[in-house]
Amino acid sequence: MLKFFLSRLGTFIPTFLGVTLISFAFIRVLPGDPIIVMAGERGLSQERYEALRSQYGFDQPLYVQFWEYFTGVLQGDLGTSFVTNRPVWDEFFSLFPATLELSICAIIIAIALGLPAGVIAAVYRGKFFDRALMSTALIGYSMPIFWWALLLIIVFSGNLGWTPVSGRMGLLYFFDDVTGFMLIDSLLSGQEGAFGSAVHHLILPSIVLATIPLAVIARQTRSAMLEVLSEDYIRTARAKGLSPGRVNGLHALRNAMIPVITVIGLSVGTLLAGAILTETIFSWPGIGKWMVDSIFRRDYPVVQGGLLMIAVMVMFVNLIVDLLYGLINPKIRKR
Amino acid sequence: MSLLKIRNLSVTFTTSSGPFRAVDKVDVDVRPGEILAIVGESGSGKSVSMLATMGLLPWTATVTADEMSFDGRDLRAMSGKARRRLIGNDLAMIFQEPMSSLNPCFTVGFQIREALRKHTSLDAKARHARCIELFEMVGIPAPERRLKAFPHQLSGGMNQRVMIAMAIACRPRLLIADEPTTALDVTIQAQILDLLTGLQAETGMGLILITHDMGVVAETAERVAVQYAGQKVEDQPVDALFDTPHHPYTAALLAALPERATERHLPTIPGVVPGQHDRPAGCLFSPRCKFADDTCRTIEPPVQPPELGLALCHYPLHAPQEAKA
Repeated sequence: MLKFFLSRLGTFIPTFLGVTLISFAFIRVLPGDPIIVMAGERGLSQERYEALRSQYGFDQPLYVQFWEYFTGVLQGDLGTSFVTNRPVWDEFFSLFPATLELSICAIIIAIALGLPAGVIAAVYRGKFFDRALMSTALIGYSMPIFWWALLLIIVFSGNLGWTPVSGRMGLLYFFDDVTGFMLIDSLLSGQEGAFGSAVHHLILPSIVLATIPLAVIARQTRSAMLEVLSEDYIRTARAKGLSPGRVNGLHALRNAMIPVITVIGLSVGTLLAGAILTETIFSWPGIGKWMVDSIFRRDYPVVQGGLLMIAVMVMFVNLIVDLLYGLINPKIRKR
Repeated sequence: MSLLKIRNLSVTFTTSSGPFRAVDKVDVDVRPGEILAIVGESGSGKSVSMLATMGLLPWTATVTADEMSFDGRDLRAMSGKARRRLIGNDLAMIFQEPMSSLNPCFTVGFQIREALRKHTSLDAKARHARCIELFEMVGIPAPERRLKAFPHQLSGGMNQRVMIAMAIACRPRLLIADEPTTALDVTIQAQILDLLTGLQAETGMGLILITHDMGVVAETAERVAVQYAGQKVEDQPVDALFDTPHHPYTAALLAALPERATERHLPTIPGVVPGQHDRPAGCLFSPRCKFADDTCRTIEPPVQPPELGLALCHYPLHAPQEAKA
């Protein structure tokens, strides 16, 4: 197992190098000059422009700039934002908990509903539940996410008044960031009603963000289960007189989990990169919105550092998925 | 009294190209402690009839029978739960492909203990002890270590031994072995067959051996049922069957055995088993039978009396009249 882990970790290095290079190159390929953007409408003189260029190191050849950036990254220095003058590292970690909290809630909803739904649909294939579920999943998958979010806001926040429209916490409450996770911080603050408010604020964005992963997980679980259910070892399990619950829920599901874990991993990866639409609609202060804003401002250090951090997160999730493969199916561990 | 008694069993599969009758009016009788071989080519419905007995057919199959009883209990009237208490316990089955018949995600020990936990009241320690005992019975060396192995870490022969250990774990009254040696190489085949007959003699369980290998039949079985295109065409004790086959199909099968061949070229049975769309009228074997006449081709054959091996034939071979004439 350790060898398996190390070999997977080994693949990290080239990926990391590649991502560093791409994130560096990506923002520089875009037309536009960060110094012009910084100057704003008033513009600036040629001398001032040259001075700023050399201050930020843009007069150096690209490979020198990359080397500076890369050696910085290796020392844990992602640079400083042009706009806020705060280290990118600090900015990332002040915003990331919000994205992480939302992603975790969304993925929990998606797995908790999608997995059983897919199993039941496969077991009762062709029956009413199966057809109903698969059509619903298709709608969920193909629906424009901003429209779905607005619909939910209109119904549950507007008409019914059950949930707040946006933000992470009611204005009545104020407490310090300890972990950055609203659910935990509100509990730690000990203020009555704070936790409830945090939950209330989380519900709608979580549902919206969970919709597509939920549909994907349900469909993937169903098709993987259908394949596994026709395997010989399922017949063997049934020949032992085991209950359908045990045959489907243990013998079949465990084998069907490999492709399901894959799509869960991919979903988590995209969720962590920040759900731009969802975060924008619900004014959720996460990294998706931060990244988009930084691209428009040509905030080079934020864009390249943020991309790198996101890529590392995704790589980390993939590593966990790979390790889970080995845990679920010992045959994969051997390879 | 029969341990397993099946009358007029038919199994029909719903396929996209219409219904397909895989088993057609088959009778099966097994007495306690008897070894019955069911013989036939691929597609003759041998496995399907036994899977129907176990209740393991997919949902596309429709099973009908006039009688289907195990140890006097009606299998047809049984609830799913009652049936699951029976199978894996008194009625067990092993399959053709040992490598794919064991779940790759669990250790073989887990898969055996699971059956014991379902059907016996043994505690964890006793279950473990029983597993060791079973592995010793089926000839798996170093049982302590092997119990922790995953199926992919064992050979095909070892996996089939595991399957057998799993099947006999709860001391079944009847074990159905569906071509248990087909996927194994020849040296291992003999070992597995010896193991099965040895266990049968030791425990006194009934054994149904599904096979297409007449050699296997001659060595192991007490009684033989020959199936063709979903129908049982003959049923005789093994010696009588080899001496005086009554159905032309049985005779042709025996003639095709290499050890019985008298000519340089091995005789074969021309043609193939009829499928879903080319079922002939009358006798299903008539297109391939060298004795067939117009009666055979138009009228369904009757079942001959037991002294003629219950042969499903208009003109059974080695009939008394023939001997007189």
